[in-house]
Amino acid sequence: MHQIKSPQELREAAAEQKRQREAQQKAVLTVSAGTCGQARGSLDVIESLRKIVKEQSLEDRVEVKLTGCHGFCEAEPNIIIQPQNIFYQHVKPNDAAQIIEDTILNNQIIEKLLYKEPTSGKEAIKEEDISFYTKQNRLVLGDNALIEPTQLNEYFSIGGYLALAQVLEDMEPEEVITSILDAGLRGRGGAGFPTGRKWKLTRTVEADKKYIICNADEGDPGAYMDRSLMEGNPHRVLEGMIIGGYAIGADEGFVYIRDEYPLALKHITRAIEQAEEAGVLGENILGSSFSFKVNIVKGAGAFVCGEETALMRSIEGKVGEPRQRPPFPAVSGLWKRPTNINNVETWANVPLIILRGAQWYSEIGTEGSKGTKIFSLVGKINNTGLVEVPMGITLREIIYDIGGGIPGGKQFKAVQTGGPSGGCLPAEKLDLPIDYESLTQAGSIMGSGGMIVMDEDTCMVDVSKYFLNFLRDESCGKCLSCREGTQRMWEVVSDICDGNGKESDIQLLEELAVAVKDASMCGLGQTAANPVLSTLRYFREEYDAPIKDQRCPAGVCKALISYSIVAENCTGCMACLKACPEGAITGVLKEVHVLNQEKCIKCGACFEVCKFDAIKIE
Amino acid sequence: MLTIYINNTEVQAEEGWTILDAAQFYGLAIPTLCHNPGLSNYGGCRLCLVEIGEGKYTKLVSSCTYPIGEGLVVHTDTKRVLEARRMMIELMLSTAPGSKVIQDLASLYGVKQMRFKIRNEECIYCGLCVRMCEEQMDAKAIGFQNRGFKRKISTPFDERSYECRLCGACMYICPACALRCQGPDADTAVCNACLNLDPTCVEVYDELQCWMYDAGQCGTCVKKPSDAK
Ligand SMILES: Cc1cc2nc3c(=O)[nH]c(=O)nc-3n(C[C@H](O)[C@H](O)[C@H](O)COP(=O)(O)O)c2cc1C
Ligand code: FES
Repeated sequence: MHQIKSPQELREAAAEQKRQREAQQKAVLTVSAGTCGQARGSLDVIESLRKIVKEQSLEDRVEVKLTGCHGFCEAEPNIIIQPQNIFYQHVKPNDAAQIIEDTILNNQIIEKLLYKEPTSGKEAIKEEDISFYTKQNRLVLGDNALIEPTQLNEYFSIGGYLALAQVLEDMEPEEVITSILDAGLRGRGGAGFPTGRKWKLTRTVEADKKYIICNADEGDPGAYMDRSLMEGNPHRVLEGMIIGGYAIGADEGFVYIRDEYPLALKHITRAIEQAEEAGVLGENILGSSFSFKVNIVKGAGAFVCGEETALMRSIEGKVGEPRQRPPFPAVSGLWKRPTNINNVETWANVPLIILRGAQWYSEIGTEGSKGTKIFSLVGKINNTGLVEVPMGITLREIIYDIGGGIPGGKQFKAVQTGGPSGGCLPAEKLDLPIDYESLTQAGSIMGSGGMIVMDEDTCMVDVSKYFLNFLRDESCGKCLSCREGTQRMWEVVSDICDGNGKESDIQLLEELAVAVKDASMCGLGQTAANPVLSTLRYFREEYDAPIKDQRCPAGVCKALISYSIVAENCTGCMACLKACPEGAITGVLKEVHVLNQEKCIKCGACFEVCKFDAIKIE
Repeated sequence: MLTIYINNTEVQAEEGWTILDAAQFYGLAIPTLCHNPGLSNYGGCRLCLVEIGEGKYTKLVSSCTYPIGEGLVVHTDTKRVLEARRMMIELMLSTAPGSKVIQDLASLYGVKQMRFKIRNEECIYCGLCVRMCEEQMDAKAIGFQNRGFKRKISTPFDERSYECRLCGACMYICPACALRCQGPDADTAVCNACLNLDPTCVEVYDELQCWMYDAGQCGTCVKKPSDAK
């Protein structure tokens, strides 16, 4: 691509791409091929689609597009066929011929590939008919399904870099900041700090050099919206950063991305190269006096390296340990220079605000939290995936309307938000409108948008043990409160799960949790007690049962449960007998089986295979 | 000069000071463990906690690392501070009950119980030895390994470090005695001065003067302990 020399020239190039997109008559098959799609085989699907297109010489009628994640991971690999917007799920390579033959050439819908609503069983043909999508407002993530992330022209065709052109042509840096301030954008990486205020602060500090950082460390287990954005629309994140650099007065930026995200890494690397080639990044961007370059730093995946001060130390080549703030990065960050760090999703919101205006943006969401937020909806939920919703939507809407409820007709028990340092909210909180404040008040946090749904079979003490185990491993170990505190909380909770809990343990946990929260230096320690505190607050009886009656109400904690065979229900089918790895079940065909408690290792394999409810957990 | 408020008293403090600097300047006692005036500030032991801010917006910070700013409001011994500090001491005590320094702290703050499983470790990871080795001895022979509960202090790859000059400064500064001499042991990475042919002490010192507190026992003095008498 040749260097674009002025905002005007960019507008023309973008308009030309847009015209081409609109004018094209081909049927477009967009195959979701983010890491999630690829793991489910979407690359094979693309290959066989392309092969058939080639064999039948349909190149001028059909285009197969490799896009980033469409968000609906449950239905992966999925295809959206444009212009009709037909949605096919769980597509296999050998469906390719039929798709081309029936749908593309003969305009027929292939029923077996349609999505069926988990509750009503109704089939949905188009993307917009699927309840997973109807309540979403996919301002940021939606573009993923439209473009090939490795093609800059594709990004141009949907208005890419037009925000940058506008900023360079007729906005002073201060105006850009005012626009972000007025929009009410808050950081999507966790704490929800007003982005405009951070920019303003960094702008006002005098220094010979300033930096911009994009935090793509994304360490929360089960959260992957940042990865999806980097994979599916890297130029948008980059555009946000360049605009940020202009507003703050920085001439260099860093993308800190974990090495476990190879595809995202590849796409952002390519995006930087393309942007430099096209003249939207590098020296004298679009012929202006503003220059900006972006470097990539690969992280090794420590959770704590997502914390901004630890992240900066990591970029500097030091051990990734947080340090005392103040001084805040805005005053003294990377190499002691003023530094502005924002999350991937925060950056991706910037071009949108510039293009559509602060006023428009601030009308979405609630009083204190504006815009949309992407959540990764995972766990015991029918529609696993990335959902982008306006702030202020209720948990119930996300879980039941978008998520399609809990599989297997089970009862909802809790939803864990905010990653390992978030909290678990019970059914009473389902009607809570979610924004930064409401979640904090309820004892959880927004975090980066992880949302793990749990059903009645989940033991909340076990959940809190899981997160404590994660945190004791991921604490950097500098603060005594965090290192020893998480370790000791884990020990106490493990004892409770093992049936060795004492009545005094609850008080000890509460005291310790408060001390860890109060005494730790960085956000990791300060929130590390949340899983314990929130489960104690809402699920106290689940702690009392194992302590007082040696019982795990959910039937999870191995030390407290036993499996037995219900003679009335047992048909003697021998399924459990075959499944038992320890030979603990004996019996003959069509006679009631017997379970030997001495040999049983409580793996639950019998319970899983029994179709007659003949295995009981006590 | 900056004006700050410590325990409701308005005082002047110099720009660049930490809260601890200011408190110590005015003679207020704040316990410390990982802090040493000759080393950089670290903030690991969380003993020196103080409460800052006013009204609803107060929080605990480590005074040894927190820089003062104009108008900062500090309270050094609120209930919240004491409760957190006691918990820190209890945590340390349960980990390294053998340390005299920690025992003294426990008795000073009335920590009379250890509700956690006693671990009998000898290190509380205050990092004094690491900073001592790097900042004062200019050796960088030891450092932290791993993170979280797996954290430990050792030489690279746990091998005998040739950066280590066997100066013993790490042992000197250790409050929990992790690196205190365990006698000659070729497998341990640190010191082993006694296996070294070059003596560290030319003289034999008596019990009080020997900084290892065990006159002649480490075996590195040139003269035999028996000659000293
Ligand atoms: C333990 C810990 C882990 C964090 N991990 C991340 C992360 O993975 N990604 C992220 O964007 N922010 C993370 N943060 C928040 C960052 O410190 C920082 O607040 C954020 O990147 C600022 O960007 P924002 O204002 O756009 O949210 C983490 C914070 C803590 C305390
Ligand atoms: S003395 Fe301040 S944290 Fe250790």
